[in-house]
Amino acid sequence: MAAHNLKHALFCAFITLLIAYPILGFNLKSEGMNLSLTGADAFTLVMVFLAAVIVFGFQLFREPIMGSLRSIPALAPTKKPEPMTENRRVKIESRIITIIVVLAVFWPFFVSRGSVDLGTLVLIYIMLALGLNVVVGLAGLLDLGYVAFYAVGAYTFALLSDYLGVSFWLALPFGALLAALFGLVLGFPVLRLRGDYLAIVTLGFGEIIRILLNNWTSLTGGPNGIGGIPEPTLFGMEFGRRIKEEGNVSFHETFGIAYAGEHKVIFLYLIALVLAVITALIIRRLMRMPVGRAWEALREDEIAARSLGLSRTAVKLSAFTIGAFFAGFAGTVFASKQGFISPESFVFLESAIVLAIVVLGGMGSQIGVILAAVAVTILPELAREFSEYRMLIFGAAMVLMMVWRPQGLMPMRRIHIELKQQE
Amino acid sequence: MLEVKNLSMRFGGLLAVDQVSLDVREHEIVSIIGPNGAGKTTVFNCLSGFYKPTGGDILFNGQPIQAKPDYKISRLGMVRTFQHVRLFGNMTVVENLLVAQHRHLNTNLLSGLLKTPDYRKREQKSLDRAAYWLDRVGLLALANREAGNLAYGQQRRLEIARCMVTEPKLLMLDEPAAGLNPAETKELDQLIVSLKEDYNVSVLLIEHDMNLVMGISDRINVISQGRPLAAGTPDDIRQNDDVIKAYLGEA
Repeated sequence: MAAHNLKHALFCAFITLLIAYPILGFNLKSEGMNLSLTGADAFTLVMVFLAAVIVFGFQLFREPIMGSLRSIPALAPTKKPEPMTENRRVKIESRIITIIVVLAVFWPFFVSRGSVDLGTLVLIYIMLALGLNVVVGLAGLLDLGYVAFYAVGAYTFALLSDYLGVSFWLALPFGALLAALFGLVLGFPVLRLRGDYLAIVTLGFGEIIRILLNNWTSLTGGPNGIGGIPEPTLFGMEFGRRIKEEGNVSFHETFGIAYAGEHKVIFLYLIALVLAVITALIIRRLMRMPVGRAWEALREDEIAARSLGLSRTAVKLSAFTIGAFFAGFAGTVFASKQGFISPESFVFLESAIVLAIVVLGGMGSQIGVILAAVAVTILPELAREFSEYRMLIFGAAMVLMMVWRPQGLMPMRRIHIELKQQE
Repeated sequence: MLEVKNLSMRFGGLLAVDQVSLDVREHEIVSIIGPNGAGKTTVFNCLSGFYKPTGGDILFNGQPIQAKPDYKISRLGMVRTFQHVRLFGNMTVVENLLVAQHRHLNTNLLSGLLKTPDYRKREQKSLDRAAYWLDRVGLLALANREAGNLAYGQQRRLEIARCMVTEPKLLMLDEPAAGLNPAETKELDQLIVSLKEDYNVSVLLIEHDMNLVMGISDRINVISQGRPLAAGTPDDIRQNDDVIKAYLGEA
């Protein structure tokens, strides 16, 4: 056992050296036209060696270390907390959620503009993740091209406002419905596939939409994107210093207060908050409806579900379409927040991040997904100083999560429908 | 009610079912018996639409169904259970029955989101129906347990209840007594007879437990190596030399 550990640890340390030394140990320097390769300073080399020693030590004493980590009670997945009765749990959950929402309403008035902006982004990701949660968590369809529907929502608003001057409020349902329509049309041919195959095909569709947006220059402006997307108005009141559209009045003049740039940001944040809450409520309700049960039934045992008369295509399509609908919602808000969109915003990495949120949060669990969305969006912002190592930290967090809580932050606990006993 | 004529199913070079014919009339329990690997379950899979038969006709109430997808056949009123129990294990017992009643519920999304009175009424109705059938198979006390945690015999009964809430005309049971102890088999026996007598459901049954088969069947079809071997009443079958040789064995 010990000999095996030693061998393994030596091997790991060697691999660490092999990877780290060429990457960190050599620098490319440009001298005029030529590139030259220079060795790094002694300090870096020492650090690389130190890293290898640490890896060696960790691998050698891996079991005791992991064992002691497991015994930290809060992280131990094996030790379950006292089970609560269902009713009490639901009550506590809904109370906590209400408190969070109330705090979220008043929070933007006390913090900086940048924080509010970040808050809006978090809410957009919450909407996206809740939508994808329907597809991946509830219906069990691995969708790697989810960002396509986000793009459809964003571009619908951008194009409608650019060509027809349509306002945010009119574009919101349009964007969502068009994204849902795309979900329906794209879903139809791919849903007979399963598992890995479905994942690959959806990945392809996601890329097709992005490349289409990139190359259809005459309509979408290609890589230049679309700018000047209007902000939402409040009953015809604009939030800019000057009024852009005739017939509108400005917010600060109507209420006789001084103009402040924050108004606009806070208003957008509140819209995103309302939409995110609506999204969460609708999906929560859907989970307890026949269609929600059908999603889960099909995920658990497709053959049994079909034998009971559930149409596989209809059930899967409904999940796909509803997921796409909420992505369209999020896309419209995103376009309005940025004021400018280009295909750059809808790359595969976005799909991957949203999927990571769903997996981290615990598939199917709404609270878990919301927490994960907050964590995944805010952590990189906090870690801006180490911007070069952001992805590294992100990856490490993922690995640690999978070791400690493979079920996600808050594993899904189904809301059971109870049969009241008739006496 | 169900008429099967010259049903054949070929998997590549293997002819799993060869020219099998059988029929089930209203208010009748018909059994299919035969040695392991004879093609009984394949016949079931063809009837319920999981396989597309390569030859022959299947008529249900005079309507050809051999080309229909499985879920449509189920909606016509032909519902089956499985040789290995297939429940939705993470759902509660009562939710399993609710999934089966999706067609009786209002499928309109808006009325569900808004919880209209009509929607509530329908939901209550399907809960009542679920409660009725749970009581009928003796699982009412376990209604809020997760289905995956039930004992095997209870899972078997739940699967039958799940079929019955869809209000089928023909119930197809694939080895319902497999893995049950004698007392449970006895209960199952009574349940199946009661389904026929009290709810006017015809039953098509695959089973190896000869006491059960001989006791409740109106007619029996014997299949061996994919081919029909004999058909008739339990007494005919018991005395048929071919069947004794191929399956029942000499006593």
